[in-house]
Amino acid sequence: MVRMDDVSEEERKLLLSLPCPSFETNPFVSGPPLKERRLAIITTAGLHTRNDRPFQMDPNDFYRVIPGEVNANDLVMSHLAASFDRSGFQRDWNVVFPLDRLREMEKEGTIGSLADFHYSVSAVHRPEEFQVCSAEIAGLLKKDGVNAVLLLPV
Amino acid sequence: MPTTGISLIRPHTETIKPPRALWVPFQMGHPLGAPDDPAFQKQVLLAVLGLLEAPGNPPVLVDFPEDEPENDEITVLSCPVNFSQSVDEDGETDPLLIALRREMTAMHPWYDIAVNKRNRTTVGVSGIDLEALGDFIYAFVKGEEPENPLKDTPIVYTLKYAVEDLKAYYNEGITAQPGQSGTSSKVLQEWFWEETVAGEVLLALKKVCESSPDKMMSMVGSHFVVPGDVARRHTA
Repeated sequence: MVRMDDVSEEERKLLLSLPCPSFETNPFVSGPPLKERRLAIITTAGLHTRNDRPFQMDPNDFYRVIPGEVNANDLVMSHLAASFDRSGFQRDWNVVFPLDRLREMEKEGTIGSLADFHYSVSAVHRPEEFQVCSAEIAGLLKKDGVNAVLLLPV
Repeated sequence: MPTTGISLIRPHTETIKPPRALWVPFQMGHPLGAPDDPAFQKQVLLAVLGLLEAPGNPPVLVDFPEDEPENDEITVLSCPVNFSQSVDEDGETDPLLIALRREMTAMHPWYDIAVNKRNRTTVGVSGIDLEALGDFIYAFVKGEEPENPLKDTPIVYTLKYAVEDLKAYYNEGITAQPGQSGTSSKVLQEWFWEETVAGEVLLALKKVCESSPDKMMSMVGSHFVVPGDVARRHTA
C-alpha cells in the first residue's frame, strides 16, 4: 500500500524527491451527468498493443494509442521502471486498465459510452516535456467526442 | 477537457493539484486494487468517476476509505522440483544456467495452464521465444552479447523487455498452481527474488550491467532489473 508510513525509508525519500510541477491556476471543467459522458483512459503504465513499438527512453516519443476494441491478450506493458508491482496486471488487466469494468458500466448505463481510442504514456519524460503531447492528445480526444478522461498511474 | 484520476502518492497530488483525484491506499502498480476482484474494482471506479459529478471547490482530492483486499494467508510457493543440486551435464555449461533452464522447463506446464485459463499472457514484448529466453539473459551475465531479435531496437532495451518477460512467465505460471490464485504480490515478490533461480540470475545480471561502460546498460542495471527494496536487501 502506498501510505508513506508503509514504504521503506529509502523508497519514501525517493518518491518524495521526484519532480512534481505546481501550477498557478486550477482549471476545472464541468460537464453532463456521468450517464451522458463519453470516457477515455490515459494511463502512465507504458501499455501498448502487442504489435506496437515498446517504449524506450526516446525524447521525441511520448505515447501509444490503444484502440477501444482491444482484447486483454493484445495489451502488453513495456514501462522501464522496476519499482512498481506488475503481478496484478499480469493476472488481471483490469488492475491497471479497467476496460472490462468500464464496458460493463457502459452496458449498464452508468456511463454514456467509451472512446474509440485510449492513450498510454511511459513516465520517462520530465513533466514539462509532456506539454506538447498533452495538447495533441487533448485534440484527438475532442475529435473522438470525449468529455471525460480517467487518468490512471501505476 | 474534464478529468478525474487515481492518486497513488498523495503528496505528489497535493503539489500538482489536478482538478479531481481519488487517493487510494493501494500499492504502486495497482491503481484499481486487487486482481480478480471485479466488485472492488467497480467500487473504485464508481468513486473516481463520481468525482466528475461531485460539487466542490477545485482541486478536489478525496480519500478512498478501503484498503486493497489482500490474501493475508501465509502461502508457501514452490517450483515443482528442487534445483539446488544442478549437475553440470556437459562439463562446460554454468550450473546456474542449467538450473535456470530446468526451472523454466518445470514452470512451462503451469504457464500454459495460466494462458489457457486467462486467455491471455503479458509475456512476449522482447520477441524472444520462451525456449531461448533464459539463455538470452544469461549470455549477458557471462559478459556476452547475443543476437538481438528486435532489429530496430538497441539491445539494452531488448534485455530489459526480456527481464520483464521472464518475471511475467514465473508470476503467471506460479499463480496457476493449486491454491495460489489469490497469492499476494508481496508473497510473489519474496518467492521470486529469494527462492527462484531466475531471481538469482537477475541479481547477478544487475551486477554485471551496473559495471558496464555503456551508460544505458549501467542505468538498466542500476534501476530497471531489480526493485529498489530487493536490491538494497541483497547489498546490505
